[in-house]
Amino acid sequence: MTKALRLTGSAMIQSTPIFSELDLTLEPGTWTCLLGASGVGKSTVLRLFAGLAEEVSFKGQMTDTGGVALMAQQDLLLPWLSVIDNVSVGARLRGETPDKARAEETLAQVGLADHATKHPTALSGGQRQRVALARTLMEDRPVVLLDEPFSALDALTRAQMQDLTAELLKDRTVLLVTHDPGEAARLGQTILIMTRSELIKVAAPDGPIPRPIDARDVLHTQASLLNQLRRPR
Amino acid sequence: MTGWRAGIAAALLAVTLWQMVIWTTGVARFILPPPALVAQTIWDSRALLAEHAAITMAEVLIGLALGAALGFVSAIALVASPMARALVRPMLVFSQAIPVFALAPILTLWLGFGLWSKIAMALIIIYFPVTSSFFDALMRTNRDWLGMARVMGASPARIMWHIRVPAALPGFASGLRLAAVYAPIGAIIGEWVGASKGLGYLMLLANGRAKTDLMFAALIVLAVLTVLLHTGVNKLCEKTLDRPEVV
Repeated sequence: MTKALRLTGSAMIQSTPIFSELDLTLEPGTWTCLLGASGVGKSTVLRLFAGLAEEVSFKGQMTDTGGVALMAQQDLLLPWLSVIDNVSVGARLRGETPDKARAEETLAQVGLADHATKHPTALSGGQRQRVALARTLMEDRPVVLLDEPFSALDALTRAQMQDLTAELLKDRTVLLVTHDPGEAARLGQTILIMTRSELIKVAAPDGPIPRPIDARDVLHTQASLLNQLRRPR
Repeated sequence: MTGWRAGIAAALLAVTLWQMVIWTTGVARFILPPPALVAQTIWDSRALLAEHAAITMAEVLIGLALGAALGFVSAIALVASPMARALVRPMLVFSQAIPVFALAPILTLWLGFGLWSKIAMALIIIYFPVTSSFFDALMRTNRDWLGMARVMGASPARIMWHIRVPAALPGFASGLRLAAVYAPIGAIIGEWVGASKGLGYLMLLANGRAKTDLMFAALIVLAVLTVLLHTGVNKLCEKTLDRPEVV
């Protein structure tokens, strides 16, 4: 947990270069936001950390993560399991006995204690993503990878989920891949823009996360991030 | 209930057409017996029909259970092992190129005139649709679910049991629905080739003695039982295996 995660090198998928000579460091115990245009390789970075990039030929070095938890844009809840069983699915998949008390506690943390026995189809999109967050918390890993986890939610739900996630994943090493400059300005302790050729570090606003939506420097950072993203390269 | 009503309406229409053919062509009753005569025969021979139907249904149900179980296990084995896939799949496809009719005499030779040659026939005829539809469903598992399970540290066996199999059960159900219609065909083929009991045997016997009305009676009993079997399997699948689509 005290160790910084570093990834240096180049990646190709078949013969198409995805990124080259990237040097990315995730400071321990903080949130790093990775922004960038589509197809620039943000998700590849995340998949490399997750150990899910077998189609990618990666040349370089990467710190051993020692296990990660992953939360994606799709909630990936299993429709045949109840909400509570979805929360503790990790234990089941490893052949361990699920810790029911902790699963209930975690579900209460995301505000869904009353929905434990329901099936995911009975929940709204925002509620489902909360269950996915509870499942991620149950994994209890020092490193958490978030792959645009809020992008499918409406604006209000998204803001609530950002608050909740920031609060519950405080002090973990988090990599948040996002398209949303506003999200990066609220949640990033390190903000990076990934382009074809380089990684640009953008100064993050002051203050602990989640930062208020209407703070002057948050709005300023959001605008300046959008400008940088729009700049042709 | 509309399906139910539509079914009755379709049956009435078929009977009407049947009767019209007889009225317009004046065909002899030993060629095409009128519906009323067939209904009368079903009632008069109900004990005989029931006895033979029970045998056929036993063959069908045992064949269905064994074929479904074997298909379930084979599909999992094929998905789990690329080696098995490479070796066995071409064999499976080739086996479908052999007409099952051609196998019936051999099965009768090997397994005798009793139940088992017919059960084997039913099993062979349903094995491929069950295996194939379950296999396809197992191979179509959402890749993101598989990735999530791997990140969580799941072994391939646990991924199979906790993710792939439950996700593919609706596919298994569609195989079972097909099997419910195919299994009686297998049993009847078996009975035609060599048997002393069963609706298929009764049909041949009635035909040989020019008792066309009894043949039609046996045919209708078989068709009704097949429809009931399909409906039952369908209901069972809806209750246990199907799942509303994720929205």
